[in-house]
Amino acid sequence: MADDRQTWPVQIFRKFKEFNIRQVTYVPDAGHAQLIELCESADDMQSIVLTAEQEGIGILAGAWLGGERGVLLMQSSGVGNCVNTFSLAKVCGFPLLIIVTMRGEWGELNPWQIPMGQITADVLRLTGAVVYEVTEPQFAASAVEAAARIAFNGGLTAAVLLSQRMLGTKLFKD
Amino acid sequence: MQAAAKLERRDVVARMLADRGDLLVVSGLGSTTYDCAAVGDHPLNFYLWGAMGSAATVGLGLALAQPKRRVLVVTGDGEMLMGLGALATIAVKRPGNLAIAVIDNEHYGETGMQRTHTGAGVDLAGIARTSGFLETTTVRAQNELEGGVTILRGAPGPALVVLKVSCARDRLVLPPWDGSFLKSRFRQALLGAESAHRG
Repeated sequence: MADDRQTWPVQIFRKFKEFNIRQVTYVPDAGHAQLIELCESADDMQSIVLTAEQEGIGILAGAWLGGERGVLLMQSSGVGNCVNTFSLAKVCGFPLLIIVTMRGEWGELNPWQIPMGQITADVLRLTGAVVYEVTEPQFAASAVEAAARIAFNGGLTAAVLLSQRMLGTKLFKD
Repeated sequence: MQAAAKLERRDVVARMLADRGDLLVVSGLGSTTYDCAAVGDHPLNFYLWGAMGSAATVGLGLALAQPKRRVLVVTGDGEMLMGLGALATIAVKRPGNLAIAVIDNEHYGETGMQRTHTGAGVDLAGIARTSGFLETTTVRAQNELEGGVTILRGAPGPALVVLKVSCARDRLVLPPWDGSFLKSRFRQALLGAESAHRG
């Protein structure tokens, strides 16, 4: 299922266009692969690969200072890497739009993913983020739209969490 | 003789910000934020007071958004060490208008002057160079300062200059720390009032 071409990444990409997203920062995840491809091939977007997720928070703060909007794509484990750096977005009121693909949340095989996956939404809420949890692919784009509007109009951190229920679970098979 | 030749951080930062023109400045938390304020507060200074390790990445996002403006990040050795991965990310993105000045006293000045890795041989200019920065150097003496400043202000980037300075503690000069104010003031000065208050 995760290998099939999905329509939700295309719909999310269209929302990025609608909201004039110019800088797409990411640490890759299998769940984001198709969306990343779309962003990489867009002429009016810059893709920035990160060594760690918290770099994206700084980059998007700088982008906003310079008049551009961006988005941060990551896997749920990356939320833990970001915690202190979230204070930059919060204390300054920088908009921070985050799309998180979940691991360790629903039927996970790798036990090492579970500790962070089980606290991802709570950690985000503790840092003051608005959180939308999406379990059905048909609601992904509308959640991104809602999060983008709240982030960019409200100067807030807004995260969309895409559940393993819609992404499928990594099965560790060739 | 050796000790007498050490550079002083306030002189070095004053020199790199002299006649700044339309330069955009991002400073890292701690002493470099005070150093930039000591030269004179400016709406196009964005001072970090936290989020350690983020000065270089803020500079990167700004440089990509404003490719026609020179962006100068002024940060310390401790702050830069916490964001080493950013050097790789910047090198890969190759923003020609981004320069990073590391004011390196080889100590954590805010917390009791504990030694940082740069005092034990870690070479930040070397890390930047091998990551792919176009211009890197380490300035240790007065007669090398001019060359370092020339790189920071005008050489094709990404550029990183380490400036080895003394451990002297300077008078505290504290710029505003209201992040929301700093952000809006910067955007208004750069983008104009109309766009600054819209997304």
